[in-house]
Amino acid sequence: MLWEVDVLSADSTNDHAARAVVKGAADLGIAACTSARTVTGWLIEGEMSKSDLERVAASLLADPVTEQFTILELSGPAPTAPNAAGFSPAATLPFPLHVLPKPGVTDPAAQSVLEAMRLLGIEATAVRSVRKYWLPELPRADAQRLAWKLLASDAIHDVVVGPLPLRALSGGRPWVFTEAAVELEGLDEGALAKLSRERCLALSHLELSAVRDHFATLGRAPLEIELETIAQTWSEHCCHKTLGSPIDHEGPDGAVRYDNLLKETVFAATREVREALGRGDWCVSVFRDNSGVVRFDGDHDICIKVETHNHPSAIEPYGGAATGLGGVIRDVLGTGLGAKPIANLDVFCVAAPDTPAADLPPGVIPPQRLLAGVVAGVGDYGNRMGIPTIAGAVAFHPGYLCNPLVFCGTVGIMPRNSAQAEVRKGDLVVVAGGRTGRDGIHGATFSSIELTSDSESQSGGSVQIGHAINEKVLVEFILEASRQRLFHAITDCGAGGLSSAVGEMGASLGATVDLDKVPLKYEGLSATEVWISEAQERMVLAVAPGDWEKLARVAADEGVEATAIGTFTGDGRIELKWQGRVAGSLDCHFLHEGRPRQRLQSRYVPLPATAPAWSATAASPGATLLEILAAPDVASKEWIIRRYDHEVQGCSVIKPLLGPGEGPADATVIRGVLGRDRGIALGVGLRHRVGPLDPWQMAAGGIIEAVANVVATGADPDRIALLDNFCWGDTRRPESLGTLVEACRACHDVAVDLGAPFVSGKDSLNNVFAWTDAAGKPRELSIPPTLLATAMGQVDDVRRVVTPDLKRPGSRLAVIGLTRDDLAGSQLEALGVVTGGSVPKIDAPSCRQTFRQLARAIRDGGILACHDVSDGGLLAAVAEMAIGGGIGATIDLGKVPTLLEGGQGRHADLAIAFAESPCRFVCEVDAESAGRMGEWLEGLPWAWVGEVVTTPAVTITGCFGAEESVTLDRLARAWRSRQGST
Amino acid sequence: MLSPRVLVLRAPGTNCDHETVHAFERAGAIAKRVHVHALAEKPSLADDYQILCIPGGFSYGDDIASGRIFALELKTRLGDLLARFRDRGGLVLGICNGFQVLMQTGMLVADPDGQPRASLAHNRSGQFTDRWIRLEAKPGKCVMLQGLDQPFDLPVAHGEGRFVARSAADLEALSAAGQLVLRYTTDAGGQATNPNGSAGDVAGVCDPTGRVFGLMPHPERFLLATQHPSWNGRLDGDASGAGLAIFASAVKAVS
Repeated sequence: MLWEVDVLSADSTNDHAARAVVKGAADLGIAACTSARTVTGWLIEGEMSKSDLERVAASLLADPVTEQFTILELSGPAPTAPNAAGFSPAATLPFPLHVLPKPGVTDPAAQSVLEAMRLLGIEATAVRSVRKYWLPELPRADAQRLAWKLLASDAIHDVVVGPLPLRALSGGRPWVFTEAAVELEGLDEGALAKLSRERCLALSHLELSAVRDHFATLGRAPLEIELETIAQTWSEHCCHKTLGSPIDHEGPDGAVRYDNLLKETVFAATREVREALGRGDWCVSVFRDNSGVVRFDGDHDICIKVETHNHPSAIEPYGGAATGLGGVIRDVLGTGLGAKPIANLDVFCVAAPDTPAADLPPGVIPPQRLLAGVVAGVGDYGNRMGIPTIAGAVAFHPGYLCNPLVFCGTVGIMPRNSAQAEVRKGDLVVVAGGRTGRDGIHGATFSSIELTSDSESQSGGSVQIGHAINEKVLVEFILEASRQRLFHAITDCGAGGLSSAVGEMGASLGATVDLDKVPLKYEGLSATEVWISEAQERMVLAVAPGDWEKLARVAADEGVEATAIGTFTGDGRIELKWQGRVAGSLDCHFLHEGRPRQRLQSRYVPLPATAPAWSATAASPGATLLEILAAPDVASKEWIIRRYDHEVQGCSVIKPLLGPGEGPADATVIRGVLGRDRGIALGVGLRHRVGPLDPWQMAAGGIIEAVANVVATGADPDRIALLDNFCWGDTRRPESLGTLVEACRACHDVAVDLGAPFVSGKDSLNNVFAWTDAAGKPRELSIPPTLLATAMGQVDDVRRVVTPDLKRPGSRLAVIGLTRDDLAGSQLEALGVVTGGSVPKIDAPSCRQTFRQLARAIRDGGILACHDVSDGGLLAAVAEMAIGGGIGATIDLGKVPTLLEGGQGRHADLAIAFAESPCRFVCEVDAESAGRMGEWLEGLPWAWVGEVVTTPAVTITGCFGAEESVTLDRLARAWRSRQGST
Repeated sequence: MLSPRVLVLRAPGTNCDHETVHAFERAGAIAKRVHVHALAEKPSLADDYQILCIPGGFSYGDDIASGRIFALELKTRLGDLLARFRDRGGLVLGICNGFQVLMQTGMLVADPDGQPRASLAHNRSGQFTDRWIRLEAKPGKCVMLQGLDQPFDLPVAHGEGRFVARSAADLEALSAAGQLVLRYTTDAGGQATNPNGSAGDVAGVCDPTGRVFGLMPHPERFLLATQHPSWNGRLDGDASGAGLAIFASAVKAVS
């Protein structure tokens, strides 16, 4: 029997979702939808009576004080009139609209209901959640539009307008073993490319030719499961196909020949830094494992990884972002013998929220809705995991309209001597965590293919929905099993699913896997689907047979399902079986070394230099400051920050918002271990506006910004680990690849000059979107070249950190670093006040000198507040410090150390106030320490520029104009003007 | 004298258990994490403890309503264990999700017929929120708030913390009974800090005995001055935070 239990708030004024529906309908021009009620519905199938259901509703589904419920039997004949489909809460709302997860899509709440019903002794065979909206009479087309534009996501939802036609919740049937060979013999280049496209393999014709030739030597055609395994393993997502390629590069420094771009730039920098450190090398395991590991204190190492989840988030923002975070948490959990996740960060790059609907290509989700979705996804997942989301950024650029970027990062901590892990011959292959379903089939290859306007409908299967609580119990299980040393190695099931996880762990030993033993969410998956499914919240462990029972016991104690599905054999082959029959067999050597590498060509020609051109309407520094503070990149992200639990685990020291006025932080700082004083500082840098102008300076500037952020808190500049995340457009074009090569070269040079090693990284390429516009013309949009740099610093004693909020009236303000004539790519340019000119240029050795001397001043206790100058320049930095402190400041632009030589004429004040020259800091120094600044900063360009005052205003003295004062209240209102964007 | 023992009860999805253990240890107790499955298998485990604390988190995912399943599990598998624990002189503390669980068990605010007088609903904003608020305690008989006579700051981090009474009369009855012991108040600038629209600004309640106490704010996140958002340059980095006093009161009461 199929039942529906509907729960709705007893007091309609508490129906927040209904208010959102009415507002959303008005925005869509659906005038008739003037009111609504929302219902949380549960479809429950099983042999049970109505009184059983009443008990379930009263004790599990509805709150006795704030909610009411109704119970319907759906098994009977289909209702004919619309309002027969339940009890409408109001006569004016006769029209039901249902949104429910597609069959097979993860439905965590329904799973909870199914399991909790057992506590009441009532066994359901299936449960599905449904959102029901009671609406006024609407034209059907309006109801459909409301559903798809506002309430449902094509990738994961079904929408039913009117009564639910369901009479049963369908279950699958077991798959019957079949052997499917894929004939490659005799296919020409075009036919191979077509086959790759149709099967969503993302393999080039050259790669498919190599597969064909390999199987020709075996005298047979590859089976589907074998071809899929190869496609997953050779995907851009899994093996840095482009960055690891041999490349002939033509750049400003002449021709350079790389055999492996990544190894010779980013990895090489790390090797050089480690060699220079010698015995003081504090890297533990870099670029080998799922995250990069460095030394922390005498007892612990820490690790970090940042991943992108761009393509899934473009299709289904909520699920894409949540599973992006879930995946990177598992990367940390799957490092060495397992690390405990202790902090998350997230960075989003999107188009402006006010992008007109008319400018959206077909299939593209409006930026506002996308941002709301990814924020909710990260919040719901991270909060449930109990991992504080402490750092991040949001960057806006029209180039991200079709290919938004979603970066998720996690920091972990582990006991010393647990970073190395090795699978041993004879170990069991154990899969633990969530069950396997059809979710995320082809995620690895999908993320390596460019999006098109059809992607939204084609790629539904590659979208995954997270189930955070499954991952939370998995973490508890892994950490306890690790403590007891019950496994030899571990990795997460991410892109490529079991095929990648087992393939990687068994890369040298080989493994045999009984695919029919993998626990399934529902019947009907083929062997291939089981093998490549990217169902979330799963880890693969290598377990000695003698430890298996103990491990299984720990899993049961934590409520985790763990299943032995095979053995690491030592014969160098991946053997796949289904009920004892061979389902596929691959040689590990071919799988991991057989991919043909193609030499790529790249070119980079710098843009010609231009002189800055000023707008005739340029305003005064004070008026411009208010505009800058309200700019999307600069404005407060409080509405996002507060949606995330950034304090769980109790280690918070510098929060993302701080001071009496709740201003912004540069980097955030946490203690590594409860009750100890050593800390971890986390900062990010992203110069996306510089990317299209100069990729080298974009990358270098991002790294310097990330490092400056952590150094400003008091982190040790000689112990900073870096991460790179390259997101690029179509790198199959030599010009585009050329900008990527330049960025890699910048990463190398800056890392070496700073003595800061890269420890991990990831790339996401082919972020281009193709569509046909209304006029029938083919169009294409690419993202700007984007490097996200992440810096993980270490603080010796968190009690000595420094925050940006101004502390004490009467203290003095100093600016460290030179302000230059470099407004290209600045916020001032984004506002249209100036165009052209030079981009900010990096001199990394002098940055390192500044970082070290500033660190000493902070260590000696001389600095009361410190803020890195970045987006919006000097005045934005001073304003943010004042907002945080809730007190005022004076600043004399004429005293700022600058290399501007009068070329800007009367615009010099604006140039000084808003230039984004790198490696500058504003410091608040108390009267007693002021005398020592000369000693701390000896040899650096710096000057006293103002004072901290009780008057709640920022008072600006310019070189030309009169003194100008802007009240703190106006500054704070401008900075907070973009709140509540959901 | 032996240190008091604290059972920190966790379920799948509990996530503030480690820092809650740490808080009780700082307050001088010995604290252990115990999984609800282990306690259900052997309820006598609880006999070794004087304080039972249900910490924050998202028990069982909180996908239906916060604390609902954990409370149902306590009721169906452990019966009246919590009530017996209280009646033999033990203290029960619920923080955030733990408070939601205690509310769902009916231990805190039942009327004489055993029906709940109040509940915790979705925040007025409809959103999860993490922010610092100011609190005012009227300790009365509430054992764990003794000595907290001055307003103090703590963080909240929840999506379902709005205290809703069944009726105005129920709110009045709870107030008259001295159970509404912790309320959100105004900050130094005179701004209201109620983060969720709670009726009567209620942030925490105790049961009629004063030995069972639940609150939405997180005292375990303010044990040290360095956890306050404005500490830097204003508070001594070695000083304690206001939250520690709640754990200290609990520990002192059973010592």
